[in-house]
Amino acid sequence: MNDQTTSAVAHGRGHALEQVARPPAPSAFSDALVFGWRAVLKFKHVPEQLFDLVMTPIMFTLLFTFVFGGALAGSPADYLQYFIPGILVQTVLFNAVYSGMGLSTDLGKGLFDRFRSLPIWPLAPFAGLMVGDVLRHVIAGSIILGIGLLLGYRPGAGFFGVLGAFALLVVVGFGIGWVFIVLGLLVRTPMTVMTLGFTFMFPLVFASNIMVNPATMPGWLQVFVQVNPVSLMATAMRGLMDGGVTTAQVLRALIAPAVLTLVLAPVTLLLYRRR
Amino acid sequence: MNNNESMAPAIQARGLVKKFGDLRAVDGIDLDVPRGMIFAILGPNGAGKTTLMRMLATLAQPDDGSASVMGHDLASAPRQVRGEIAMTGQFASLDEDLTGRENLVMLARLWGFRGRAARERAEKLLASFDLSDAAGKQVKDYSGGMRRRLDIAASLVVTPGVLFLDEPTTGLDPVARKSVWRMIRALAGSGVTILLTTQYLDEADQLAARIAVIDHGKKIAEGTPRELKVATGSGFLHVAVADLARLEEAATILEGRLGASVQRSAEGATLAVVARTPGEANAALGALIEAGIELSDFSMGSPSLDEVFFSLTGGGRK
Repeated sequence: MNDQTTSAVAHGRGHALEQVARPPAPSAFSDALVFGWRAVLKFKHVPEQLFDLVMTPIMFTLLFTFVFGGALAGSPADYLQYFIPGILVQTVLFNAVYSGMGLSTDLGKGLFDRFRSLPIWPLAPFAGLMVGDVLRHVIAGSIILGIGLLLGYRPGAGFFGVLGAFALLVVVGFGIGWVFIVLGLLVRTPMTVMTLGFTFMFPLVFASNIMVNPATMPGWLQVFVQVNPVSLMATAMRGLMDGGVTTAQVLRALIAPAVLTLVLAPVTLLLYRRR
Repeated sequence: MNNNESMAPAIQARGLVKKFGDLRAVDGIDLDVPRGMIFAILGPNGAGKTTLMRMLATLAQPDDGSASVMGHDLASAPRQVRGEIAMTGQFASLDEDLTGRENLVMLARLWGFRGRAARERAEKLLASFDLSDAAGKQVKDYSGGMRRRLDIAASLVVTPGVLFLDEPTTGLDPVARKSVWRMIRALAGSGVTILLTTQYLDEADQLAARIAVIDHGKKIAEGTPRELKVATGSGFLHVAVADLARLEEAATILEGRLGASVQRSAEGATLAVVARTPGEANAALGALIEAGIELSDFSMGSPSLDEVFFSLTGGGRK
C-alpha cells in the first residue's frame, strides 16, 4: 500500500479527506515519550497545578519551623535542619494523590477510551503519567528546598548529597504513584480519590519520624513508626542530605517503592484492560 | 495481509453477551457488516448500543460469543483490531487542557508519525475540519460542534478500516448535526466502514444503508430502512382529529375496526394505526365519520421509522 493513497472526497466545505495509511508502529518507548510530552504540555497550560502542589508543604514548613520548631528541637533553626528532608518526602507523597485525581478525571472524560483503542503499548499512558509525576516531584521538591535554604537550612552532604536525595525522592514518588493510579482506576470521582488518598496518607505521614523524633511517643507507636516505610524514607533522606548515609538505610527506603511497583504494575494493567 | 483478512467482512459478531451483574446489557447479538457500509444501531437509551460498540472496539470484554473486525479476532488479536479501527465516543475523547493542534499531534505521534510528519498530519486534519483558526485554543474553550469535529478528526489520523461513532450528533444543534452528517457520508464515500449508534430514527434513516434495531440487549430487527418499514405493515393510516376532546373515542373506534393498537403522536393530535388494505382503512374512516368525529387530516402511507420502532418495541415507549 502506498504511503498516501489519495482518493479525494468532496467534503461538505469543499475540503478533501484523503486516505492515509498507517506508518510503521512506534516503539513502546516512543509511545511513553509522547505521553510524557503530554504531561509537560499540561504544565504549560495549567501552571496553577503547581500552586496546589507546593502550598501545603510551604505552609507545613513555615508552621512547623516557626510555631513548633522551638518546642520540638530547641530552636527553629535546629528544627529546620531536621525537618527539611522529611517534608520533601511528605511533598512527594501528597503530590501522588493529585496524580491519582488527574487520572480519575481523565478516565471520566472518555479520553482513555481513545488511548485504549489505539494499537499502542497498554502501559504507555501510565508511563506518561509517571513522567508528569517525576516533573512535579522535582519542581515541588526544588521549591521546598529553596525555601529551606532561604530560611537557613544547610545540607551537610553538599550538592551531591542533595542530588542523591532527589534521586531517591523520584524513586519513592514512582513507587507510591502506583497506589494512586490503582485508586484512580478503581474510583470514579476525583474528589473520592483525594479523600481516600489523604485518609490513607495522613496516618502514615504523621505517625512517622518526618515531623518529630519518635523518642517521646508511647512504645507501641514507636514500633509502628520504626517500621513505617515513610520513616525509612525520611531517615534515608536525612542521611543523604546531611551526610552519614548507609547503604542499608537507602535499601530499606527502597523496599516499599519496589514492592508497590512489583505488585501494583500488573494490577494496573489488569484493571485497565478490564474497564 | 492474507487473503482471509482482505476478504473478511468489516464486522462479524456471533452471540455477543455482556453482563453487568444480573443485567444482560448485551444479550446474544449477531452482526454482519460488509465493508464500506454505513451501519446504524438504533435503540433507546439503555438498550445496549454503547456496550455493544465498546466490545467491538476492544474497550470491553465480551462475557460470551465472539467477533472479528476486519478479519481479526477480538479475543485473540485485539492489538490488530486496534490497528484497524478508530472510535469517537459519546463523551469527547480529547484532552481538554491541550489545544486542538496538540491533541492531533499527540495522536499522530502515537500512530507512528514522527516530528514534522505528525505536525503536518495535524494541520491537514485541522484544515479539513474547518478548525485551523481554533487550532491554538484549548479544547475546553471549543463549542460543542467544534469539539465533535475535532473528535472525529482525531479518529482519522490514520484512515481506519472501521470507524465507530457513538451517538455522533447527540447534543448538537441542527447546523452542526448536518455538518457531521456530511462528514460521515464523505467518509463512507471514501471506503471507510462506519458503525454508528443513534437514538434518532431520522439519523439512521438518512445515513445508514442497514439498520439493526436493539432493545433490552437484543436485536429485534435488522434490514434496510425500506425493509424495516415494509416489515411493519403494508400501510399506515394517519388520522388527525379536529376536536382533541374526541381523540380517545377516535382511537377506540380505529382499534376496534382495524384490530391493531393505535400509536399517538408526541404532540397528541394525530393517531397512526396499521391498516392491511386500503379497503380496511376506508371502512375505519367511515366509522369515524359515522360517529360524527371531524377529521382535520388523514393519509395512508408507509410507516415512518418512528412508527416502525414503536411497533417493534411494543409501542410502550414514549
